[in-house]
Amino acid sequence: MTKTLLSLRVNGETHTVAAEPHHTLLEVLREELGLTGTKHGCELGECGACTVLVDGLPVLSCLTLPIELDGAEIVTVEGLANGPQLHPLQTAFAEEAAAQCGYCTPGILMSAKALLDRTTTPTREEMAQAIAGNLCRCTGYTAIYEAIEKAGTRMRS
Amino acid sequence: MSEFSVVGKRSPKVNVWGHLTGTARYADDIILPRMLYGRLLRSTQAHARITKLDVSRALAHPGVVAVCTGADMPELMGIMPSTQDETALAVDKVRYIGEPVAAIAAVDEDTAYDALSLIDVEYEPLEPILTIEEALTREDVRIHETSGRPANVFKDVHLEFGDVEAGFSEADHIEDAWYFFEGNTHAPIETHSSVASYDGDGKLTLWTSTQVPHYLHRELEKVLGIARARVRVIATPNGGAFGGKSDPFAHEFAACWLSMRTKRPVKFTLDREEVFYAHRGRHPVLMHLKVGARKDGELTAAHFQSYLDGGAYASYGIATTYYTGALMTVTYRLPAYKFDGVRVYTNKPPCGPKRGHGTTQPRYAFECHLDKIARKLDLDPVAYRQRVLQPPNSRTVNGLRITSMGLGQCLDEVQRATRFSERHRQLPRGKGIGVAGSAYISGAGLPIYWNEMPHSGASVKIDRGGGVTVYCGTSEIGQGSDNVLATVTAEQLGVLPEDVHVVSGDTSLAPVDLGSYSSRVTFMAGNAVRQAAGRLRELIVAALAEKWGIPADRVALAYRKAYDLADPSKAVSFAEAAVLAESVHGTLVSVGSYKPPRGIGGDYKGAGVGPTPAYSYQAAVAEVSVDLETGVVTVERITEAHDCGRALNPPSVEGQIEGSAYMGYGEAIAEEQVFRGGLHKKPSLLEYNLPTSLDTPEMRAIIVETVDAEGPFGAKEAGEGPLNPVIPAIANAVYDAIGVRFDETPITAAKVLDALQKNKERVGPDGLGSQKDQKGALRRLSASTAAREKKRTPPVGTR
Repeated sequence: MTKTLLSLRVNGETHTVAAEPHHTLLEVLREELGLTGTKHGCELGECGACTVLVDGLPVLSCLTLPIELDGAEIVTVEGLANGPQLHPLQTAFAEEAAAQCGYCTPGILMSAKALLDRTTTPTREEMAQAIAGNLCRCTGYTAIYEAIEKAGTRMRS
Repeated sequence: MSEFSVVGKRSPKVNVWGHLTGTARYADDIILPRMLYGRLLRSTQAHARITKLDVSRALAHPGVVAVCTGADMPELMGIMPSTQDETALAVDKVRYIGEPVAAIAAVDEDTAYDALSLIDVEYEPLEPILTIEEALTREDVRIHETSGRPANVFKDVHLEFGDVEAGFSEADHIEDAWYFFEGNTHAPIETHSSVASYDGDGKLTLWTSTQVPHYLHRELEKVLGIARARVRVIATPNGGAFGGKSDPFAHEFAACWLSMRTKRPVKFTLDREEVFYAHRGRHPVLMHLKVGARKDGELTAAHFQSYLDGGAYASYGIATTYYTGALMTVTYRLPAYKFDGVRVYTNKPPCGPKRGHGTTQPRYAFECHLDKIARKLDLDPVAYRQRVLQPPNSRTVNGLRITSMGLGQCLDEVQRATRFSERHRQLPRGKGIGVAGSAYISGAGLPIYWNEMPHSGASVKIDRGGGVTVYCGTSEIGQGSDNVLATVTAEQLGVLPEDVHVVSGDTSLAPVDLGSYSSRVTFMAGNAVRQAAGRLRELIVAALAEKWGIPADRVALAYRKAYDLADPSKAVSFAEAAVLAESVHGTLVSVGSYKPPRGIGGDYKGAGVGPTPAYSYQAAVAEVSVDLETGVVTVERITEAHDCGRALNPPSVEGQIEGSAYMGYGEAIAEEQVFRGGLHKKPSLLEYNLPTSLDTPEMRAIIVETVDAEGPFGAKEAGEGPLNPVIPAIANAVYDAIGVRFDETPITAAKVLDALQKNKERVGPDGLGSQKDQKGALRRLSASTAAREKKRTPPVGTR
């Protein structure tokens, strides 16, 4: 298979990558750009571990072809912190023990960021909806809700 | 004020930052120069002889670098040394659909995948054995020809304690029922992954997502024929495991073999479907339980029979079989107990240990049974359980030593939080509330291979800048074991957990710990670290006491300082104290180890499974609503209290309780690992139906602390026990809601609706066909066999 040159905006930086056109955004992020923070649990769009933000909206990177993303702003877990300043979600997830094995965490953080960018006062129902596509096998979700609430509170102040 | 400076504080886990920033390095995140990518060819047959296996076309494919088959690694292996019946890749015969047959290493994943179709494999199909009944009765079809037991029996065990017959004759009421617990799987979000690198110095390193680096280390030596001294296993952070990564796996051996052959690193990462075949999950178990009780509810005797559908290989099956019987006695007083367990082979992916290992299924049966007895005798289910509790500091009828025992407090807590007794039997039809209790081990009393060595070893080093490093062979699977090591070290030395460097899961750098299974790490590794760090603490304290001219017990270490308790203004930093101690005593490195005490179990064959240095206890209340039109069971809330001895890190303990409650909920309502003609029916996360955030009930976790005398700072396990009471609590709540006993799992909407429409009082098995009506069972068996034969053989003339 011949590789194609792609230009991708990831975490505020422009990358020119040579990748096979059938490779997914997930594969290109992990294998070509070395951004292994984005995880995969199924590569079928069922688990949500690979969730990244494209122009502010959560997408499953395992079902997205990078060729469709010319000019789009992609944000991965590596781009969540503002330089050395952690995102309120990151500190809240640590304090509330919302990450156990941590494998679904990058995807959940991205879904949660999209939610909090929309509203910093989400209800439990809105939180459950926002992460309904992200399977977590460790926490039972409770600590995740508590962390999102806490991060929302901190983002308001 | 707490007597501790670190223990019991709600601080973040020391290793959480990597998870939150994307820098944690899981096995599949490892990319090495010149690395090859591996894929496994898996069997398409449930039971067949391999008549041809030719890899030459695959090997000739551009980009393929090496291929291996079962013939390259024919040595028998398996986690339990006494029952090894597997090979790394199938040899001559396949025993389940999805069994690894050959492995390819290629320059990239696409090439490896494409080349799988170039392996020429032919099978001669054999009749598959798919049910417990078939396995027990079909002498003519043997999954393992050389097993030496009748038909397809893997193991049968029989134990009897006390006078069971007399116990039943003293009973005023005998409750007798059959139960079936459906099999299910772990489904960690991280699929299994391994990277092997055989380097120029003749040493092999395997990074792998495993719970048991030490046991894997032993098996690699056996199968690969390379001295263990030249092999290093590094357990990478596991993206969830739950028991599913505690066997040695085909991809681990294949990665090593192919790396040794090619002298290049080789990576294998399973895809999601493959994880359903790797399995080693919860055994489907058919159970028969007979319990005698007096009018006041006091139990007089119990007879429990379990039939475990083990799948194609042993895995931990011998332990699983014993575990279905062993822990029945540790919760409620039982003067006489008989246990018969049988595990059979079937042509399905091997079952093994899943969270609660072998105790989850019988606990479900027993706690549903107690609910029935309470109802018959008109007793409140909470008060009844409280009345018949096994006392602390006692022995059970099967010889198990009980020390701290907090089931009573757990029941009090859930009662208080839910007002259970006021609401039970009082809610409108369709709404229900149920309760159950349970127990689990804080680590198995014996290792899986017989030896006199410690179960856990640890080492602690302090450098001249006051830097502290703890080394221990535990595997971090998300349960927080690295944080346990850091917490215990920090408490002993008077630093903070975030100051401690943790080196875990590395067989070259860290002393042996047996692994992250049987909920053993907090208790056993915690005690080993406590001893190792305690020895350094003594050296620091002695050096300061001498310098300050005060008795040693006046020297305190806390919050990165050492000070005189009588005169806190006399203080030095921890780093200064470390320099002084090294000047006086020499290099500051210490070791510690832990081995469970003797005499904590019985003295009979089979007594090795069940003993533990301390049992955890838990109670759960489930509140459900059942939609009478659709049969959908909604679990509104689960309230669970758990006796963890002492919570070293309360958020982690609460996380284990909530995660266990979630997982138990999934097993009770939705999850099942089921097959059609040997083919997995639902090998994807979507079809398997993992509960999402929208399904998962509201959960309330309550920590009960009984401060165990032998646990590190009083701690016991938290990772597995809390799953156990959730399933029977839900089943009992469903009964409270609609008056239907669910003596089988999962409690799906289809089953509920069917029961409601047919006015059934009970859904569940009636027995083992061959016992009730042997001829009838065999007739059904031969009819189904004939039907299958007919399906497989096209009618004459159509070929």
